[in-house]
Amino acid sequence: MAEKTYLQAISDGLRQEMRRDKRVYVIGEDVGVYGGAFKVTHGFQEEFGPWRVIDAPLSETAIVGSCTGAAIMGMRPVAEMQFADFVSCAWDHLVTVAAKQRYRAGTAVPIVVRCPSGGGFSGGPFHSQNPESSFAHIPGLKVVCPATPEDAKGLLVTAIEDPNPVLYFEHKHLYRRIKADVPEDRYATPFGEARIHREGDDVTVVTWGAMVYTAAEAADKVESEGISTEIVDLRTIVPWDRKAVLASVEKTSKVIVLHEDTHTGGFGAEIAATIAEEAFEHLDAPVKRITAPDSPVPFSPPLEKAFIPQVEDVVAGLQEVAGY
Amino acid sequence: MAIAREAEPVGSLTEVKEFGLDREDLLGIYRHLLTTRGIEERGHILYKQGKIPGSFYTGRGNEAAAVGVATAMGPDDVGTPLHRDMGVHIVRGVEPWRIFAQYMGRADGPTKGKDGNVHMADDRLGLIAMVSHLPAMLPVAVGCALAFRIREEKRVAVGWFGEGASARGDTHEAMNMAAVRRLPVVFVCDNNQWAYSTPTHLEYACEHVADRAKAYGFEGVVVDGTDVLAVHREAKRAIEKAREGGGPTLVECLTLRMEGHAVHDDAFYVPKEMFEEWAKRDPLESYRSWLRENADFTDEEEDEIRAEVKKLLNDAIKRADESPLPEVSTLLDGVFATPEDLDTPHHK
Repeated sequence: MAEKTYLQAISDGLRQEMRRDKRVYVIGEDVGVYGGAFKVTHGFQEEFGPWRVIDAPLSETAIVGSCTGAAIMGMRPVAEMQFADFVSCAWDHLVTVAAKQRYRAGTAVPIVVRCPSGGGFSGGPFHSQNPESSFAHIPGLKVVCPATPEDAKGLLVTAIEDPNPVLYFEHKHLYRRIKADVPEDRYATPFGEARIHREGDDVTVVTWGAMVYTAAEAADKVESEGISTEIVDLRTIVPWDRKAVLASVEKTSKVIVLHEDTHTGGFGAEIAATIAEEAFEHLDAPVKRITAPDSPVPFSPPLEKAFIPQVEDVVAGLQEVAGY
Repeated sequence: MAIAREAEPVGSLTEVKEFGLDREDLLGIYRHLLTTRGIEERGHILYKQGKIPGSFYTGRGNEAAAVGVATAMGPDDVGTPLHRDMGVHIVRGVEPWRIFAQYMGRADGPTKGKDGNVHMADDRLGLIAMVSHLPAMLPVAVGCALAFRIREEKRVAVGWFGEGASARGDTHEAMNMAAVRRLPVVFVCDNNQWAYSTPTHLEYACEHVADRAKAYGFEGVVVDGTDVLAVHREAKRAIEKAREGGGPTLVECLTLRMEGHAVHDDAFYVPKEMFEEWAKRDPLESYRSWLRENADFTDEEEDEIRAEVKKLLNDAIKRADESPLPEVSTLLDGVFATPEDLDTPHHK
């Protein structure tokens, strides 16, 4: 095991898959010569050549749409959206063609679309979004949101192996900030199995991506007040691990659903509704959602800080729910 | 002033032989044309009998364009035909009974009742099923070509679109990406002059859709889409050029949509004279005359083919009608693919 950043883990996982499987190729804007806007594919073109690390024109529809065609012809494409925000330009293709092809025509579409997502560095309205819930609503797509370097690698391997279109949301704020031990060997982290990031007894926080760390800091802060927090990192949104969430809620009886995406129709609403339907009798407090407000992501630091859920917001939430 | 090359009609049998069709091929093309039209005519009757749910679309007037291109494809080539391209499915070998089963929403249709009308394809025959959003399949065709280029296979992808779809961004992205990477793909525009009720001058302001090809950096050609042999010749040239590394071509097949957009549409907005003019250029009738004048096509041969197609369609409808409606228990089958779904000749 070696300590790797979240970004290195993604890069390592991708390189490992490209070395072992000639069908895997990368396509995106500036992924080749430049090595990707965030350098995830740095050095890839030198190793794999220009036809497996393909610099595409500025054409998200053609990038992702061509992945579908190539996948049906037996390749295992990994598309990079320069920022998750730009996947909106490929939304039509993903939702209209890729998501439905297996159901209606029997044709599997094994593609991965890597989407650098999330805010926290004044990226503004078009370089900061977390659009996972838009895709979670579309039957036929899988949605992955790793929080740790180990999961970033293992979930990418599973995404490439999976016979379905997979949206892989890699949180930009974690890229170089988060380091941890990552196994050198190949391993695949299964979809639909949540990870208990921290065990606790009083309040459950269900979350994913960068918010796992926000929740963990908040949990540290309230520990001295005698509030024991359990953090459930979903890892994947589609499929999501209902069993793990319901088990934790049964244990703590109090739950916060936390995400960086906006409030209305965010995936937290689905989780809250499921808890209300299936664990109502175990609850000792109303389910609380802590999310970004319903606005575009603002640019200026104080506005963005007010937009993205902060440690103090989660601390206040934990105190409120624990004291209910 | 046209920029695209305007293709000449096909002349003699000698010329046809030069581009590789023997007499048997020529009779085969006639059979495909008859089958294509026959399926859609029978489908229309089934629709009126209430046996087909939803709506019903035909490619009347486009039969030669579809059959001409499909007969120019190689066995390992692939394509993404659309709702006016029934002839492509026929040429590639989809069994007519499965098409009727598809129309009727039966369990034995290629989509097992999950999708309707011409939203189908047999990927084992090198075809990928279309979606309603046009031209969403062009980037997919480009991706097939990209796979062939990465693996250095001498295969070609054919992507279909209409003149209406030429107005959408997918067309531009697909053509541009194919051009910069010089991919083995042929873009076929079924220009039937009406996108639902919208005429060509409200879809594009150049003379031909194919004029745009030059701006992308590849050749554009306009061909009479009612002339099956001219379409075949131009498609063959484009496909073989792509196969040899010459990059994409845009082949525009000019036709008239001889019916409404779908069964509910009486096409009142199409001038009567236009229908009358194009009715004189019926693709089946034109080809039949050509065969008689140039290939000694006899009454006996024609009767034989007609009888054969009639029996094929009668049997097909009977067999399709015996196919059950899908079980409700299959509602959620296949929302997600399983690893077994990758166990196909093309996914490997």
